[in-house]
Amino acid sequence: MNFTNLMKVAVTAILSNKSRTLLSTLGIIIGVAAVIAMMAIGEGSKKSIRTELSKMGTNLITIRPGADMRGGVRLDASAMQTLKPSDYEAILSRASLVKLVSPEVTASGQVIHGSKNTQSTIYGEMPEFLDIRLWEIKDGDSFTEDDVKRSAKVCLVGTTVVEELFGDKNYNAVGQYIRFRNIPFQIIGVLRSKGANSWGMDQDNLVVAPYTTVMKRIAAQTYLNSITASAISEEQSEAAISQITSILRETHKLGEGTPDNFTIHSQQEMMSTMDTTLTTVQTVLVVAAAFSLLVAGIGIMNIMLVSVTERTREIGLRMSVGARGRDISRQFLLESVMISLCGGFIGVLLGYGMSWAAQHMGFPAVVPLWSVVVSFGVCAFIGLVFGYIPARKAARLDPIEAIRYE
Amino acid sequence: MDESKDRKVVIELRDVRREFRVGDEVVKALRGVSFKICEGEFVTIMGTSGSGKSTLLNQLGCLDTPSSGEYILDGVPVRRMKRSQRAVLRNRKIGFIFQNYNLLPKTTAVENVELPLLYNNAYNAKQRREAAIAALQSVGLGNRLEHKSNQMSGGQMQRVAIARALVNSPAVILADEATGNLDTRTSFEILVLFQQLHRQGRTIIFVTHNPEIAQYSSRNIVLRDGHICEDLQNGNIRDAAAALAALPKNADD
Repeated sequence: MNFTNLMKVAVTAILSNKSRTLLSTLGIIIGVAAVIAMMAIGEGSKKSIRTELSKMGTNLITIRPGADMRGGVRLDASAMQTLKPSDYEAILSRASLVKLVSPEVTASGQVIHGSKNTQSTIYGEMPEFLDIRLWEIKDGDSFTEDDVKRSAKVCLVGTTVVEELFGDKNYNAVGQYIRFRNIPFQIIGVLRSKGANSWGMDQDNLVVAPYTTVMKRIAAQTYLNSITASAISEEQSEAAISQITSILRETHKLGEGTPDNFTIHSQQEMMSTMDTTLTTVQTVLVVAAAFSLLVAGIGIMNIMLVSVTERTREIGLRMSVGARGRDISRQFLLESVMISLCGGFIGVLLGYGMSWAAQHMGFPAVVPLWSVVVSFGVCAFIGLVFGYIPARKAARLDPIEAIRYE
Repeated sequence: MDESKDRKVVIELRDVRREFRVGDEVVKALRGVSFKICEGEFVTIMGTSGSGKSTLLNQLGCLDTPSSGEYILDGVPVRRMKRSQRAVLRNRKIGFIFQNYNLLPKTTAVENVELPLLYNNAYNAKQRREAAIAALQSVGLGNRLEHKSNQMSGGQMQRVAIARALVNSPAVILADEATGNLDTRTSFEILVLFQQLHRQGRTIIFVTHNPEIAQYSSRNIVLRDGHICEDLQNGNIRDAAAALAALPKNADD
């Protein structure tokens, strides 16, 4: 029998048993929809985190104290005091692959204005911080190097702080005074809102002031909590890290074989770690969904076996009027492939629907086109594999017995 | 018998034997059957159950092969043929008619009749349909082309089955108890049709256990215990149409 006729026979058989066909495709529909939706959510999350991270600057480098040993005891990171302002100066003057650098001293506490107060974090920085972290100023101006030298009590605030203290996040708070741990600061600028990041953390709840001010007047410490820097380009991030490493090992006077007492992370590294983690999660989800496709395939095999038994007489008749075994097996194989592909098609539509719904519920979801192509391929494969046993059973029937089967 | 000598031999069986193994026992269904059937004969094959009638039919229909002996169908020796070769042979040379019609359910008359031609790539869709319509017209169902099998009476379904057996212009038509499921009147209508086909020169083999039918065929072969016990030409063929006319009308009519 030629392919056109086979198609006709298969379509007729499928249509003459609509409800059963639908039931046997149900597994495939759910499986494919799940795979597509999982792929979409995974892909969407990756994309959104990538944009989120790049908003923080793709060439960002963070240097933190760490891995410090005192008498064989590894100390907690917060107790580490290995980064000094001199390290910052060394990087500033010697690291040629670093474009911008800022020391960082942070402290958390209550911010007060008049009768209102809120919890926030104060970041002691150099003015370069804004360029490193891609902050823009909405109202007013940044502080200057001169302010840093003078340990001036001036600050920039995020919109969340403005909203909490002044009741309106669009309020122009420039010139107002706030108190942080009882130290008065004059607001000289308001930062443009960045919103929440992909972990749901509010990025706008911050106060930025000259690092000298925070170091002396608030934290009362001589060490830095971290140093942030920008490499001259994204591609140079790794090279910049090794440059900084060698500079810091020198200033910290670490001999051969002594481990670093600081850690350096690049945004690049963060992004690829994130990507790897998400890919792992995505793979696990997709594999779980793919198992449901395996079960669906077994379902199709089951239905096809029933169908072969039910249609034994038809098979006997076809054989007696001249169908060869291979005509019969092709007929049943094509039928199972078509059932499977139909299920795949509906499943893809449903998967798109689910991704759309997910997007409307706030999950980022992007259906990658290749996942649709792969789904169809997998469906055809399932149809072939699980249709094979029923088709072979049909083809091996004895026409004499089949035609008289009751 | 003289006239049969210059006619073409369609079927020739030479000492055909068929044995089955059932457990440790060997059942001999056919114990050396030999005969020739010429083109244009209408042969009834009779026998009680267990006589080897069904086994012989399976042999003639190329559904099975002999354990020994030879079967030559339209010049083709069948015994050593493979399954798929026999399928093609059935497709080109044989038209089957079954007791229970064996039409495809939920399928129209034309589609049912087209079925054998689906397995013959020499026919395209248009030729298939034309041949099917012609076959249905020849059995008097020209006005029932698109009726589905479940919308027809037993007699009509058997006519569709006959049309299906005719559509590939087979060398021989094999009917297995073709009137077994039909009432007397309808049986005679079908017999009339067989006699018409006989007059048109078709070769027909009609397997039955009903001795009455032998009166309407041109030759009768009787099987008993796997042997032929009687093989007679019928010099006085009864006319089925006349018998149909003589039937009493149904009380309900």
